[in-house]
Amino acid sequence: MSKKIHVKTTINSEEVEFLCEPRQSLLECLRDIVGLTGSKEGCNDGNCGACTVNLDGRIVDSCLVFGVEVDGKEVNTIEGVAYKDELHPIQKAFLENAALQCGICTPGFIVASKALLERNPNPTEKDVRFWLAGNLCRCTGYDKIVRAVLDAAEKMRVN
Amino acid sequence: MKWIDYASPNSIKEAVALLSNKNTVARAMAGGTDLIVQLRAAPERIGNPDVVVDIKNIPELNEINLDSKGLTLGSAVPMYKIYNNESITASYPALQDSTSLVGGIQIQGRASVGGNLCNSAPSGDTIPTLIALNATCKVDGPNGSRDLKVEDFCTGPGKSVLENGEILISIHIPAPSKGSGSSYLRFIPRNEMDIAVVGVGTSISLDGDIVKSVKVALASVGPTPILVSDAEKIIGKSIEDEDTLKIAGEAAKNAATPITDMRGTIEFRKHLCDVLTRRTLKIATERARGN
Repeated sequence: MSKKIHVKTTINSEEVEFLCEPRQSLLECLRDIVGLTGSKEGCNDGNCGACTVNLDGRIVDSCLVFGVEVDGKEVNTIEGVAYKDELHPIQKAFLENAALQCGICTPGFIVASKALLERNPNPTEKDVRFWLAGNLCRCTGYDKIVRAVLDAAEKMRVN
Repeated sequence: MKWIDYASPNSIKEAVALLSNKNTVARAMAGGTDLIVQLRAAPERIGNPDVVVDIKNIPELNEINLDSKGLTLGSAVPMYKIYNNESITASYPALQDSTSLVGGIQIQGRASVGGNLCNSAPSGDTIPTLIALNATCKVDGPNGSRDLKVEDFCTGPGKSVLENGEILISIHIPAPSKGSGSSYLRFIPRNEMDIAVVGVGTSISLDGDIVKSVKVALASVGPTPILVSDAEKIIGKSIEDEDTLKIAGEAAKNAATPITDMRGTIEFRKHLCDVLTRRTLKIATERARGN
């Protein structure tokens, strides 16, 4: 039997080390080893985006990344989105626009939306819908989510 | 998932040694967006591997080189690096079309064109584009390296010419000739994030209105991507002539060997081959004139 692998990485600006089996996904490592349970497991095959995290500046489905691959890299998860006790404007906009119901897809949507607004502070509705095509929500029907992202974009541009 | 070892070599030599080790079953991984799913869902279909060889830390496999001879694309280069590169998309618009519609943004951050080719799914969106653009690929393995045409790469659903221990190193697309254009379109029932019912990649070069060369390739209508050789019947004809488009559409329809499944019937898919061939030719022509 082979051995577990030691991984040294940066998660939400903090240095983190963990031991994992090479077959374990980044999602499993985050949730079951590191204890960051904000990223959710939906489909576990790259369709739903509930496990979306930011890896070296790109959003990825953490269920389709091996934990061992993030050695030396920078991971940002939903836990790193709020500024201490202050919610991020995207998080506030999700609440204000009632853009969530059951909440399972929400962390993925927020991490993905943040990456969009960092690249494109003034997206069109079409830009938002295309960017978020890899995130599925089975409750809201998307309109409220899209409205929340556009609302957050507007507020972030003003401030 | 059973215990699987992970190796991350830094050279082609090391990767080939790991992949050709007779004591293990090893599979190469770039973005992992197909491989990790297969390891979980149906490892027996990919030979029950016990080692994953992560090839994306090998420098040659991350190469992006655009010069007067064309584009060399390392097999591990992710989709977003291609469609975000304006020099590439200006020369090869069909490559932008296809790389920007594989999966969602999350998948495009990891999935590579090389991986799409090695996965050899009949529906692989980038493969008809590569064929239409006359791409060749470089393979390395225990018996040395070889070059082959992309149209000869896939041999069946999930099967390719790669032999044990071999890896795809890079894909080369020749420089586009003056007055040429390309396009890829697929039909899906949703707006995005779906598997092609039919995909068509086309390249054309024109002298005025006269077709100088043309290449059409199809996805999702046979066990492998299909090159429509008879589309070349339109060479020498005027692209403004409605009959020219009809001939090419008909050729695509005849080359297709689709099955009926949950995504579409034989009849519907053949019809789509015709429609999408004509549409991609029109788009490629517009692009050729914009050059």
